[in-house]
Amino acid sequence: MGLVTELTIFVLSAFVGFVVISKVPATLHTPLMSQTNAIHGIVMLGGLIVAGFAEGALELTIAFIAIAFGAINIVGGFMVTDRMLGMFVRKPKPADDPTEVPK
Amino acid sequence: MIPAVFETGGDGATLLYVLSFSLFIFGLMQGTHPRTAKQGNMIAAVGMGIAIVTTLLLDGVGNWGVIVGGLAVGTAVGVIASVRVQMTEMPQMVALYNGVGGGAVALIAWSEFREISGEVVLEEFVPVLLAAVIGSVSFWGSNVAFGKLQDLIPTRPIAVPGQQVINALLLVGLVAACVILASSDDPSEGIFIGVLIGAAVLGNLVVLPIGGADMPVVISLLNAATGLSAAAAGFSLDNVSLIVAGTLVGSSGTILTLEMATAMNRSIPNILFAGFGGAPAVSGAPGEERPHTSIGAQDAAIKLAYADSVVIVPGYGLAVAQAQHAVKEMANALEKRGVDVNYAIHPVAGRMPGHMNVLLAEADVPYEKLREMEDINPEMPRTDVAVVIGANDVTNPAAKTDPDSPIAGMPIIEVNEAKQVIVIKRSMSPGFAGIDNDLFYLPNTDMLFADAKAAAGEIAAAIEDL
Repeated sequence: MGLVTELTIFVLSAFVGFVVISKVPATLHTPLMSQTNAIHGIVMLGGLIVAGFAEGALELTIAFIAIAFGAINIVGGFMVTDRMLGMFVRKPKPADDPTEVPK
Repeated sequence: MIPAVFETGGDGATLLYVLSFSLFIFGLMQGTHPRTAKQGNMIAAVGMGIAIVTTLLLDGVGNWGVIVGGLAVGTAVGVIASVRVQMTEMPQMVALYNGVGGGAVALIAWSEFREISGEVVLEEFVPVLLAAVIGSVSFWGSNVAFGKLQDLIPTRPIAVPGQQVINALLLVGLVAACVILASSDDPSEGIFIGVLIGAAVLGNLVVLPIGGADMPVVISLLNAATGLSAAAAGFSLDNVSLIVAGTLVGSSGTILTLEMATAMNRSIPNILFAGFGGAPAVSGAPGEERPHTSIGAQDAAIKLAYADSVVIVPGYGLAVAQAQHAVKEMANALEKRGVDVNYAIHPVAGRMPGHMNVLLAEADVPYEKLREMEDINPEMPRTDVAVVIGANDVTNPAAKTDPDSPIAGMPIIEVNEAKQVIVIKRSMSPGFAGIDNDLFYLPNTDMLFADAKAAAGEIAAAIEDL
């Protein structure tokens, strides 16, 4: 991939990000942040790739820590977001929700 | 261990990466409503799974011991942390995750530096340097933010004399070192490590002088920085998934940073360089007692029980006192009597964007009751009683009336417009901005001096007994 192609992708993603995230209500900003923490864990892919060409104790240690850090972000981020969002959905108020069938 | 299936940068892998980032975007789109957000989070997690499996199947991926070990340790820590963390501790957790993410990027950049230093291609090398600097700054900055939120480091601004000059010199030095590295045929690893360390010092120096009240901005800003560092790593690794995901996180952090700064009516440079949040500003005549009315829980209960509409204004003090459940009990008691109860949430009510909403959601407050500032302010004049619990500066009418006030121009929840106001607070002490709150001295304001949790519990009990 050339630099220009990558810059194109970068700029378009920035606009998509701005449009989508602007619509997230303030109520959900904390779960949004922990979810973006999890998405940021994508850096673990970089750790996996550099692990492939790591040689010697130093490089192997660097790769190990990078992968562990990325995995903390991914697993911890998605799980804690799920826990928080569970608090927003569990509420027995069918009157406010037309899609829910009242019991 | 696993046979390589995909060629690095090949069509197969790239298509799967496109699928994975599409799921991230779709997941975030679902995050625009509380009802669909949980499902959106799952969708994004599936996207992440696809990205990881694709990468594991790339040719050249090896050292499986390191990979499996790193995954196992990271997963274990992530699971334990996410199950154990309290909702009041979310700002610390997000700060730590920002830091961990930035740290991973800095380490990956170092590793890449060692790999490519033989032949310097600027297209790859410049992103490596960017990733190293931003990653290291956000790792150390986030750790300091975590320390402050966790009370390991004093939350008041810690300033070194000549701070601005030192920061500027550091930045110039970092840029110079990066230029030397990039223009050399055989860049020295010593200078690269120097850049990592210089960026680490800069991260510390930038966050240390920032006070507790400005934490929502700092956390959001570091969130944006870690995202951008991941995008930089994506440029150097030619990985489209990293570029898109990192940029999405960068946009999200940027939007939140701007919203938080607007909510405090302050510019980002002012927050970063002024060391204001928590500074003991002196205003008015200190020591001079101004008259205020003080009431007990019983009287407060009567005022609330005979109201038609009540608006609760929670602040960080509510979270500190762990009063969210007691407040919900109080609201339940009122709703049983037919009182309309709403919650007015200021954007910077907690220690991070949306923090207060999560705390109240944990106490089973339905999200429709959590009203944003712009939404509820027009209803304030029709509100019978506004109850301010653990909030201070965000209700100070001086922000609108006194152009000389340190918080002049800051958007506030206009509780002073309500027919009556009850402020539950430990004492008359000023808030984070260190300024007196005119609200406390208004004729229609009653002060209830107590711990938020105890007071809400007593009021709830008193309402039940009426």
